[in-house]
Amino acid sequence: MADYQQSLQAKLIRFGIYAVLVLMALWYLAPLYVMLSTSFKTLDEIRAGNLLSLPGTFSLDAWSAAWSTACTGVECGGMKSYFANSLKMMIPAVLISTLVGAFNGYILSMWRFKGSDMFFMALLIGTFLPFQVVILPMAQVLGWLQLENSTGRLVLVHVIYGLQFTTLFFRNYYVTVPGELVKAARIDGAGFFRIFFKILLPISVPTIMVCLIWQTTQIWNDYLFGVVFSSGEGQPMTVALNNLVNTSTGVKQYNVDMAAAIIAALPTLLVYMVGGKYFVRGLTAGAVKG
Amino acid sequence: MTASRQGAPGFSLSRLADVILPKLVLAPTVLACLVGFYVFIGWTAWLSFTESRLLPRYEWAGFVQYVELFGNERWWGAMQNLGIFGGLFILVSLALGLLMAVLLDQKIRFEGAIRTLYLYPMALSFIVTGTAWKWILNPGLGLEKMAHDWGFTGVTFDWIINPDFAIYTVVIAGVWQSSGFVMALFLAGLRGVDDSIIKAAQMDGASLPTIYTRIIIPSLRPVFLSAFMILAHIAVKSFDLVMALTGGGPGFATDLPSIFMYQHGFTRGQLGLGAASAMMMLFTACAVVMPLLYSELRRERRG
Amino acid sequence: MQPRRLTLALAAACVLSLPASAGTVEVLHWWTSGGEAKSAAELKKMIEAKGHTWKDFAVAGGGGDNAMTVLKTRVVSGNPPVAAQVKGPAIQEWAAEGVLANLDGVSATEKWDTLLPPVVANVMKYKGHYVAVPVNVHRVNWMWANPEVFKKAGVQPPKTWDEFPAVAEKLQKAGFIPVAHGGQPWQDNTVFESIALGVGGADYYNKAFVKLDPAAINSATTIKAFDTLRMVRKYMDKDMPGRDWNLATSMVINGKAAMQFMGDWAKGEFAAAGKKPGTDYLCLAAPGTANAFTFNIDSFIVFAQKNKDLKATSDFASTVLSTPFQEVFNQNKGSVPVRLGHDMSKFDDCAKKSAADFVASNKSGGLVPSFAHQMAQPSAAQGAIQDVVSSFMNSNMSSKDAVAKLLAAAKKR
Repeated sequence: MADYQQSLQAKLIRFGIYAVLVLMALWYLAPLYVMLSTSFKTLDEIRAGNLLSLPGTFSLDAWSAAWSTACTGVECGGMKSYFANSLKMMIPAVLISTLVGAFNGYILSMWRFKGSDMFFMALLIGTFLPFQVVILPMAQVLGWLQLENSTGRLVLVHVIYGLQFTTLFFRNYYVTVPGELVKAARIDGAGFFRIFFKILLPISVPTIMVCLIWQTTQIWNDYLFGVVFSSGEGQPMTVALNNLVNTSTGVKQYNVDMAAAIIAALPTLLVYMVGGKYFVRGLTAGAVKG
Repeated sequence: MTASRQGAPGFSLSRLADVILPKLVLAPTVLACLVGFYVFIGWTAWLSFTESRLLPRYEWAGFVQYVELFGNERWWGAMQNLGIFGGLFILVSLALGLLMAVLLDQKIRFEGAIRTLYLYPMALSFIVTGTAWKWILNPGLGLEKMAHDWGFTGVTFDWIINPDFAIYTVVIAGVWQSSGFVMALFLAGLRGVDDSIIKAAQMDGASLPTIYTRIIIPSLRPVFLSAFMILAHIAVKSFDLVMALTGGGPGFATDLPSIFMYQHGFTRGQLGLGAASAMMMLFTACAVVMPLLYSELRRERRG
Repeated sequence: MQPRRLTLALAAACVLSLPASAGTVEVLHWWTSGGEAKSAAELKKMIEAKGHTWKDFAVAGGGGDNAMTVLKTRVVSGNPPVAAQVKGPAIQEWAAEGVLANLDGVSATEKWDTLLPPVVANVMKYKGHYVAVPVNVHRVNWMWANPEVFKKAGVQPPKTWDEFPAVAEKLQKAGFIPVAHGGQPWQDNTVFESIALGVGGADYYNKAFVKLDPAAINSATTIKAFDTLRMVRKYMDKDMPGRDWNLATSMVINGKAAMQFMGDWAKGEFAAAGKKPGTDYLCLAAPGTANAFTFNIDSFIVFAQKNKDLKATSDFASTVLSTPFQEVFNQNKGSVPVRLGHDMSKFDDCAKKSAADFVASNKSGGLVPSFAHQMAQPSAAQGAIQDVVSSFMNSNMSSKDAVAKLLAAAKKR
């Protein structure tokens, strides 16, 4: 009887958990619903004013326009040609900042030296400098460096302003790793790099994923640096999206705007889906460690 | 620390490498941080003491920009808004993120799908999601209209057009965008917690809620620090979010320092004033974050 | 005959060998949406026909706010584009920074001084030299009305601000929203500007909002202008904060609202919905401003280049002002050509009216710059004044307080 009661209670609790999770999911989905339904509507229907209703006629025109014919300036080639620009800049920037961040976190937690905590603090305080302030002096520095290539400039800038976060994530994870693990390895004669690659990196999967998710999102969605430090044909996706969406005295095509925004988000969504899986694998890695 | 104090007796090439390598590997970051933050902060500080208009000028002009800034009603309104927005945004995102992570950690079916759902808002550029939120929150187009159409004519939800409540709609949209990532942070933290500790506690007859509140959540302290830093930095720099949702309005009900800074520094040709406001933003952020960081780091070293 | 042929051949050879002195024309602009982008594409074609390479540099957003940020970084890094879309007094501010090139050569050969109305030419000149080239003229003091709605309510569109309340009252009684409006600072300012012009006339407008004369600002007329704005505010719907201007236009198109105060780019929205001027919608001057014209002129400033070569720059400027470009561009954009005496036969009725009023008001002195669209005031003052009008619209501020704040704002330089 007690067993039965307990299992009933357990069932109720589980039902409650699912209910909360589903409610939350609905809240998260609401704007996506608005965007999706708008993207399938015709402009006339949007103009008629029912912005939240389901599309009356189902039209894919906005999607094909967003992909290949919408104007982003003098060129009217849609979003397709900007995908590559964003990818070329994002992949190196994310990988470099994650790797360097992992090393930094490792040093700042396992190899502390005089001033290392101070440096960590200085690094974190710097994050509160609004990026808008950075633009002008950065332009000056890049001018001096004679770095002409859009992709190169953006990778450099994104690595510099992404490092604090990757460093923060790794350091805060590594301080929770028992120090004995490293001490034992050092007694066994393992050096700086060996400890990092053989012991710490394998158990860092969830943190690596967090970094990848964070950096991918930040870099892919960055507009300010993208618009300022790229030129002409090297412009990333967000600049094209903004040009497509943001018009002050032109006619607004909300359906195309919404479709373009969803298209622009696809690569990050992919990273979330794939990356998320590894959170779970991270669990197994953690269990092995325990 | 121990390695560097070892001295002559244990001297060997690998020991030397252990002393030099960490510093060497850290060096590029130190350089990037020095130039990318502190030299640029110095540059901005200098500009805040000049009469720079469209482009930087470097002649010293004293405290004129700060006098102007402190006499500016809009600036104080923006700071006050940042206080309300920042506080609520951080608290709600932390609470919600932790709650979702704990719930998702209960061996949930479809965990992958749900997790991606919570994360996706971050993937969307706010230039466009802002429009979607604007429609949802607008009483004539969105939720209120929907409720009225369904016959609930008593429902009013007009925060976005009400100057006293508009700032809370910014909180709603901000939390919507960021809480998923906080959830991811906590989830990663939870997955890193040692199972054996939990098993031991279960053996002792501790209930699941107790295990969470007494053992697991306290062990996530560093994750809280990460999440707080991330959220605080988003709050201080929030720009796209507000521009797309309310444009700072109605009136200046949702104006934020970052908007003030951008408009004066870049749009209105008052670069000096923009620089001064940036310095004040930085000071404010330091005043809030420094004590917290300092005590956290000291605590770690003791503990 | 022979020698002449030779000259022709030589000339042709010269033209063919032009690429030697041809350059890359990089132009920073924010014309990215459908009709605007197509207009800009025409410019690209014409520039390329002259043997130059066009490098597109489009940055949209905030009515040029983003573009200005980008422009500053480019200038700071010592690599400015050939031309950039900058308008109004900001042209003078850029020229004062000493980074612009002057267009003395091309403006003299093409006689810009006779081609452009003096009010426009003055905006383009810095210390007597042309540093910018105008593209088009937008009229801002329009009132877009839905005739159907007025008919249903049994009233005529108001001609003065004094008769406005009675008309609006009747519209409201008939179940319509009298004024469609979007509560964004620039839209608030657009309405206020038309009111100030209608209430005080062009002379007052010039003194108070162009010369920023304290005596003119601190007057009963300004108080009346704010009172009128408060009155008009009553006839806007409560959901207006943050609304985009084109959604407000949709309300007029759908017959939910009776009228909207907006510049002539609103025409594009009507056209996209398949509406015809004169029958489906009316373009009327805002109340009390029939003899006046608030202009909003897009223009390009040209930058001094490292190689000091002005060929590409002057070719660009000359193309922008050329008749074929003015014709295509302005038909796409809803504005009217900036050249005096342009043949308007292919334009729609609203544009014809606009062009006629442009010339007439130029003679009568009713041609004034739009301050809501950064044509009249230094950017610092313009921003501060916009702040005042916006907070007035969104609070219970008294007209007297608003005038006091306006005085302080006008002092910003």
